[in-house]
Amino acid sequence: MASMLLTSLRSSPLTSVQAAQFAARSLSTSVHLRAQAKSKKTLAKPGVKNIVLVDGVRTPFLQSGTTYADLMPHDLARAALQGLLNRTGLPKDAVDYIVYGTVIQEVKTSNVAREAALGAGFSDKTPAHTVTMACISSNQAMTTGVGLIAAGQCDAVVAGGVEFMSDVPIRHSRKMRKTMLSLNKAKTLGARLSLLGSIRLAHLSPELPAVAEFSTAETMGHSADRLAAAFGVSRLEQDEFALRSHTLAKKAQDSGLLSDVVSFKVPGRDIVSKDNGIRPATMEQLAKLKPAFIKPHGTVTAANSSFLTDGASAVLIMSEEKALAMGYKPKAYLRDFVYVSQDPKDQLLLGPTYATPKVLEKSGLTMNDIDVFEFHEAFAGQIMANLKAMESDWFAQTYMGRKTKVGAPPMEKFNTWGGSLSLGHPFAATGCRLVTTVAHRLQKEGGQYGLVAACAAGGQGHAMVIEAYPQ
Amino acid sequence: MASARFLLTRRCCTALKATTGHGQRSLSVSSAVLARTHVSYEVKDNVAVVRINDPTSKVNTLSKHMQAEMVEVMNEIWGNSAVKSAVLISRKPGCFIAGADINMIQACKTVEEVTSLSQEGQKIFDRIEKSPIPIVAAINGSCLGGGLEFAIACQYRIATKSKKTILGTPEVMLGLLPGAGGTQRLPKMVGLPAAFDMMLTGRNIKPDKAKKMGLVHQLVDPLGPGLKSPEERTIEYLEEVAVDFAKGLAGKKVTVEKKKGLVQKIQDFVMGLPPVRKQIYKTVHSKVMKQSKGLYPAPLKIIECIQTGVEKGNTAGYLTESQNFGKLAMTSESRALIGLYHGQVTCKKNHFGQPEREVKKLAVLGAGLMGAGIAQVTIDKGVATILKDTTEEGLARGHQQVYKGLNDKTKKKSLTTFERDGIMSLLSGQLDYRDFEKADMVIEAVFEDLSIKHKVVKEVEAVIPPHCIFATNTSALPIKDIAAASKRPEKVIGMHYFSPVDKMQLLEIITTNKTSKDTTASAVAVGLKQGKVIIVVGDGPGFYTTRCLAPMLAEAVRALQEGVGPKKLDSLTTGFGFPVGAATLADEVGIDVAAHVAEDLGKAFGTRFGGGNVEVLKMMVQKGFKGRKSGKGCYVYGAKSKEKKVNSGAEEILKSFKLTAPPAVSADEDIQYRLVSRFVNEAILCLEEGILPDPVQGDIGAVFGLGFPPCLGGPFRFVDSHGADKLVQKMKRFEEVYGNQFTPCQLLLDHAKDSSKRFHK
Repeated sequence: MASMLLTSLRSSPLTSVQAAQFAARSLSTSVHLRAQAKSKKTLAKPGVKNIVLVDGVRTPFLQSGTTYADLMPHDLARAALQGLLNRTGLPKDAVDYIVYGTVIQEVKTSNVAREAALGAGFSDKTPAHTVTMACISSNQAMTTGVGLIAAGQCDAVVAGGVEFMSDVPIRHSRKMRKTMLSLNKAKTLGARLSLLGSIRLAHLSPELPAVAEFSTAETMGHSADRLAAAFGVSRLEQDEFALRSHTLAKKAQDSGLLSDVVSFKVPGRDIVSKDNGIRPATMEQLAKLKPAFIKPHGTVTAANSSFLTDGASAVLIMSEEKALAMGYKPKAYLRDFVYVSQDPKDQLLLGPTYATPKVLEKSGLTMNDIDVFEFHEAFAGQIMANLKAMESDWFAQTYMGRKTKVGAPPMEKFNTWGGSLSLGHPFAATGCRLVTTVAHRLQKEGGQYGLVAACAAGGQGHAMVIEAYPQ
Repeated sequence: MASARFLLTRRCCTALKATTGHGQRSLSVSSAVLARTHVSYEVKDNVAVVRINDPTSKVNTLSKHMQAEMVEVMNEIWGNSAVKSAVLISRKPGCFIAGADINMIQACKTVEEVTSLSQEGQKIFDRIEKSPIPIVAAINGSCLGGGLEFAIACQYRIATKSKKTILGTPEVMLGLLPGAGGTQRLPKMVGLPAAFDMMLTGRNIKPDKAKKMGLVHQLVDPLGPGLKSPEERTIEYLEEVAVDFAKGLAGKKVTVEKKKGLVQKIQDFVMGLPPVRKQIYKTVHSKVMKQSKGLYPAPLKIIECIQTGVEKGNTAGYLTESQNFGKLAMTSESRALIGLYHGQVTCKKNHFGQPEREVKKLAVLGAGLMGAGIAQVTIDKGVATILKDTTEEGLARGHQQVYKGLNDKTKKKSLTTFERDGIMSLLSGQLDYRDFEKADMVIEAVFEDLSIKHKVVKEVEAVIPPHCIFATNTSALPIKDIAAASKRPEKVIGMHYFSPVDKMQLLEIITTNKTSKDTTASAVAVGLKQGKVIIVVGDGPGFYTTRCLAPMLAEAVRALQEGVGPKKLDSLTTGFGFPVGAATLADEVGIDVAAHVAEDLGKAFGTRFGGGNVEVLKMMVQKGFKGRKSGKGCYVYGAKSKEKKVNSGAEEILKSFKLTAPPAVSADEDIQYRLVSRFVNEAILCLEEGILPDPVQGDIGAVFGLGFPPCLGGPFRFVDSHGADKLVQKMKRFEEVYGNQFTPCQLLLDHAKDSSKRFHK
């Protein structure tokens, strides 16, 4: 761990003193001194069912327009579901319910959960529904499953999410659609001809989906740039963080830590078994890029933002008794979670700042209790802004109604296997990746508690506490 | 964390470098800073950041003091060879520089004095323009008048996209012109047509438009919450960006010149042709004459300045500008307009103190034109409002009116559709008294009939909480008569809005002798929140505004009966400076309303309110000629035709009531003064009787509520500038023919006798 961090930092002009500090700190974590200082031994609550993550998988995350280009969303989702079945050896009829997330919907498969489940060979007696909540859609899918189990309605739920940006629905203009719909109803040839005659060139210009807030019409990158400026995050800090993400991801990929990835034989193409967006560059290369959203003086660039990605993920969630009865060795407990929301204009991407202290309070934990942090990296600037907000008493008091700051997570526990900036960010698939990664890191590093946090369009956010399953 | 810490150390380093490098200099600066109060500067990385902040005011103005300090600072900066560029920025969140100091201009006694003021300004900005180092104006908040002239003298401009950021040259609205080089620089910067538009209309230009026009080079987004308040951080960010650009300009990495597009090239070519320019001057001149009727000198002088500058060069242009500025400042029109500006500021304050309770829920009774209008201006300020009507059709119409009012704003992009929807969610349309127990104030806008109003008072008082204020929106019924039905007259007050409520700025608040001070304070607070200019007057038939308007309309009806056609009447009144002609005004107000008011006030005040025959109006109402709302009044209101046609039905009625025009008082000017003198006399009588607390509110009420010619500044300023004696002479002449309708009131006579008596000091 320490050496890994060092390599990542070597590329940035850090003083040796600081690097040494880091090394020292990561050393102390590896000794597990913290484990004794935990404020709670377990988060099990009397009268509340223990819900466990049995396992989680994902397809490789690919830059959109690459190997997955000719698929449809449910194809990707099916690959993830099949991967989960293979990995867990789960009898197909043991699943009570399937919940799947997606953001940009393919209109032909609007309940993509059902289409994917049927194709993946699940029993046609297993109901499935689709949820959407921007970048936290699969978090919503998982917590929906948690709710079903906690309420005693189900024992085993498959949750997941898929995003397919290689093909997005591009629509005719509203005027053109109106004409075409009227055309269906026109009875006589004359009526049809007059409708056709009413079509103007302007009607033919299509409507493209944008990664923009509907309420404010501001693109997310633009908002991220403003957020970074509001918190005084420099371009250099953002580029450094982006480089860190790519460097750590590369390291994790090379050392085989990304074991949630399942190979996928793409019809008509080769077998895909690796994420293809991880590209560690040099600071000089990153510095060359022009700002992508606020021109010419902005700080958010293509390299310090997450890229458009195709991918799908899936997890198997069960009540602890059921999992044990079926002979599984669960990976982690899914504990408390929260959803938050705030101003979609000026605080669009501050979800983690708001959600983190709330979920910790709910669990009765402090920042020191957390061994593993997995935050969704939408933009390097957004992560840095959140870290600064979490470090600010003034922000906590003025905007969150809290007495003091919650504090920023220590970097040596933070997204150490890469993040959305480098691994990719298929909107609705990221949540499951975060949770599975926390479970894997807890196992690997021997920690007890992990925290997932993410921001989402609409000014929403989510956080969940995950407890390692006793080994 | 890693990078955060890393950044911190880096910052310390640069800060350290700066202090060691410029140690000596900053020492000398700081001693000078102590003496200066308005302008300060610091040097960052060879960039001088000049910060302006008038500690004595909410806004920055280019006062003599500010100018002197600015010159001092600029000289120091120019004298410092280490400074390679400069940034000019305000420390006030909502204001860059709001303009020149009006008091400074008003204090001048002669044309020459003002001219030399203008020349001093020109000189300063000329030096800024010719600055050896590039200066970047970093604009956040209002950048108006002299502030804009300052900014356009700089080499580069960066503005925030904040809602508060507006650029413009509003001098024309004060009867002045941009007198510090504005008329010379703007045409070169934005082209002739846009420069004319800016300076002749005085309109505010928003940042996006300013960028498109070429008025600013770069835009900066306003920031949300961060580690500091959004306002504070936005200014800091603006400064950071401006400093970067200043460095870029100094290092020749940023160019000031923008690449011209094809359209721009063609436009430049066309504008280069003298005959084309000549045609533009001609068109603009005739347009101004048509709109101002030649009553406003400023627009014509602005055209002259621009023309001189473009055709004869800078020296001649600057000279014409400063001389014309001096001349304009001494005109009665400019004085009148400046008086209105000051009056408006006074009438936008609550002189009755903080109300005990803030009105958080308002209820409006009656979803007609007025009621819906009141609801609209209340919800768009974030106050929850109930709109109650008795019928579903009435309610639906009112609801649609509010929606349309807001939706039109989304079309103009001053509101997003989400803001519109959020605002609409504050409106609760209903037919019953549900939730009235939570209302803090009820404004009734039901039909003008005392018995209906009494019924409403009783119904409402049965459901509202004890603290709730009952306001009545009536244009003529005395408030004490309405309050007679109330169990709690101290909570009853009159709030007279003007239609259309979302466009008309005035609110006339009427207090009875029983109205409590807190009730008044609360009504004023609500009015101010609604964005109104407020006058507070005493109770009586027609209060102040309606009472002034009624005799003028009676005189207008008489003129019509005497054979002056509606079109002629309109041109006479607009020729005097009224924005809307008398006949058109009657149609807008509604002939039925006019008839109602004329009859009521006629009963109350007797023959003094006579003149035209009320039966004319009643007959018109009978025939359905109720004015614009019914499609016919004095005019016919077609769906599309631009040209208004006189309603022949109305002409016939007028014929049947025909009077012979007495030749001694029927010249065009006589008719104008017959109309105006009755208005003015009644206004002065209101002051004499104590209905009106002071002349300022009288002028504001007349101009903002009734369209009294702004160039005259209101009835009281008009008497001051025209001369009370001259007015009395004219009235005496009319009195001989028509009797007591033209008898001057005592206060007017007093002023006529003693020319030192003036309503405005």
